[in-house]
Amino acid sequence: MTENNERRVVSVIVKNEASSLSRITDLFSGRGYNITSLTVAPIPDSEYSRLTIVTSGSVRVIEQITKQLHKLIPVLRVYEHADMVEKEMAMIKIPMNENLSDINALCEAYNGKIVNAGENTVIAMVADEPKRVDNFLSAIKRYNPKEIVRSGAVALER
Amino acid sequence: MQISGAQMVIEALIAEGVDTVFGYPGGAIMNVYDEIYKQDGFQHILNRHEQASVHAAEGYSKASGKVGVAMITSGPGFTNAVTGLADAYMDSIPLVVISGQVPMSLIGTDAFQEIDAVGISRSCTKHNYLVTDAKDLPRVLKEAFYIARTGRPGPVHIDIPKDVTAQIEEFDYDIELNLETYKPHTKGNPRQIKKAMDAIAKAKRPLFYLGGGIINANAAYEVRDLVHTTGIPAVETFMARGVLSHDDKLLVGMLGMHGSYASNMAMSETDLVIALGARFDDRVTGKLSEFAKNADVIHVDIDPASISKLVNADYPIVGDVKNVVNDMLAQVDKVDSDNYESWRETINNFDELHPLTFHEDTERIKPQWVVKRVGELLGDSANISTDVGQHQMWSGQFYPFTRPRQFISSSGLGTMGFGFPAAIGVKAATPEKTSINFTGDGSILMNVQELMTAVEKKIPVINIILNNNFLGMVRQWQTLFYDKRHSETDLSVQPDFVKLAEAFGGIGYRVHTKEEFDAALKDAVEKNVVAFIEVIVHRMENVMPMVPSGGSLFNMMLLEKKESK
Repeated sequence: MTENNERRVVSVIVKNEASSLSRITDLFSGRGYNITSLTVAPIPDSEYSRLTIVTSGSVRVIEQITKQLHKLIPVLRVYEHADMVEKEMAMIKIPMNENLSDINALCEAYNGKIVNAGENTVIAMVADEPKRVDNFLSAIKRYNPKEIVRSGAVALER
Repeated sequence: MQISGAQMVIEALIAEGVDTVFGYPGGAIMNVYDEIYKQDGFQHILNRHEQASVHAAEGYSKASGKVGVAMITSGPGFTNAVTGLADAYMDSIPLVVISGQVPMSLIGTDAFQEIDAVGISRSCTKHNYLVTDAKDLPRVLKEAFYIARTGRPGPVHIDIPKDVTAQIEEFDYDIELNLETYKPHTKGNPRQIKKAMDAIAKAKRPLFYLGGGIINANAAYEVRDLVHTTGIPAVETFMARGVLSHDDKLLVGMLGMHGSYASNMAMSETDLVIALGARFDDRVTGKLSEFAKNADVIHVDIDPASISKLVNADYPIVGDVKNVVNDMLAQVDKVDSDNYESWRETINNFDELHPLTFHEDTERIKPQWVVKRVGELLGDSANISTDVGQHQMWSGQFYPFTRPRQFISSSGLGTMGFGFPAAIGVKAATPEKTSINFTGDGSILMNVQELMTAVEKKIPVINIILNNNFLGMVRQWQTLFYDKRHSETDLSVQPDFVKLAEAFGGIGYRVHTKEEFDAALKDAVEKNVVAFIEVIVHRMENVMPMVPSGGSLFNMMLLEKKESK
């Protein structure tokens, strides 16, 4: 059994209840597991929400994470796949004095565009695989972004 | 029927067949206590501390197999109860603990006696609820009992704001539960069970590793059947004492940090571990990489998360251990008990080499003698509770247990102060048995106020205090591993335990000799009252054998051979 830390995406279908999210995050902190990112939103037309958690750990730890998540009473299902389609969104705020058409072209390469222009700044967004979002964020540095926000990954099994 | 939230609680408890509730009233739970006053469906036992209420409910549950119930108020009432919740969670004891909360309008305002109770109990309960509308109460109460007792059992906490207990709503307890997200897996996979039985048939040195889950599943008699028909030797965890009778020839003994030499050696030499309702706790395994190193592992457990958590299972079987053992019994013909003859002999030789014993002393009573002697005098007629420390280990080692649910102890959490209130709960559940609590001069003071509870309710618990004027187990570690620096473990300054018992209306005995002990125990049993029997024992006695923390099971410190005089 390998003890190397691997990045894994775990999806959790959980009942929409007041305490569901804290049950899950408490489990991670209480047992010493990592959360790299976490997204949560209700599933349309159901009483459930879907969480996407990016975590890391050895094979044994990941197995424990999925089993412990399963054990929580309001958890319906846990998916842990190596093969997920993953997307993440990022938004950046850039000063108006940069070259807007260059920025727009760069965003387009990462499924994005400029979505808002104000008096002094523009806001652009991209939506792509988390790794590609990393690339975008290093490429955009030259345009002196003032603020960056990432959404955390969402994922679906193929 | 239109009733208040408080009345719903009472109706639900009665519908669940609860006959005893342990608790302590206070502001936020007063509406419920008002209804307790008016009803006669169950008895209420007033402990003198909320922690003791939860421990008493645990003792009640462990002895009876039923769900234990405790009731407490908000704020400090609840925080006092947290140790009990954690204790029950670690030992998988089914409890429903109901706490009052400040009214809904005051939640979040730092109101008097307000604390985020469900936030605190989340990590030490199987599940918990904050009830914000009395309409939800029937469902929540029913779910709580169901969740507590099914699957891997555990404590469930229900927090009810004061205005919700006053709210009047329709009550119907005859409802279908629809827990889409909670469906415990109770039937073992037949293919895995078949593979496991084939592995047992092929093994040369198989060993049953029996855990507390067997007692939770009421499967001890099925397990006895399986052990006897296969002729495979068995070791028990501390939690599993009583699954096999002490005189069972196939019982090797207790394993682990203070397990017998033969048990730990058998576990180290086995080629197939058959784990039934056990969870490979660190106090059992010692150094993991050396644990049962050459063995395959069959692991039967109701909790999938327990399987392959610490030791990889070659044959994982998720299911209720009673079902699985019955399925195993159905194909037991495969196994030929004669195949293990030489293995049984090997284990017997281990036991002859270093039997579990102790050296008598001419001057002072040895604590182990006391445990053994109570076993000789009371045996099957007593249920045994313990506190935590040396006396606890000696109880596990030397009491002649004959049946499941006879031994009640705080195993996973190791809570000093557990024993006395637990023994009160045990006596309430099984009044026909003598309730003994083995305790130490350290532990007994941690819930000594329960003298008042026991005396008031005439619950005759006999506390046997093995007094060595030390916090003995910590002292033992300091002696062995901290170069005898006995930091803050000398408990020479003590109350007069005899007078202490008497001050509350119980009986106290101070005992220096074996004869005095016999007389005191006989007298206490006959008088059938709350008693302290303080036994002055050898100060520096150590619990042996001992596997030092983190060491390998087979590297035990052993009782020194007695020099011939």
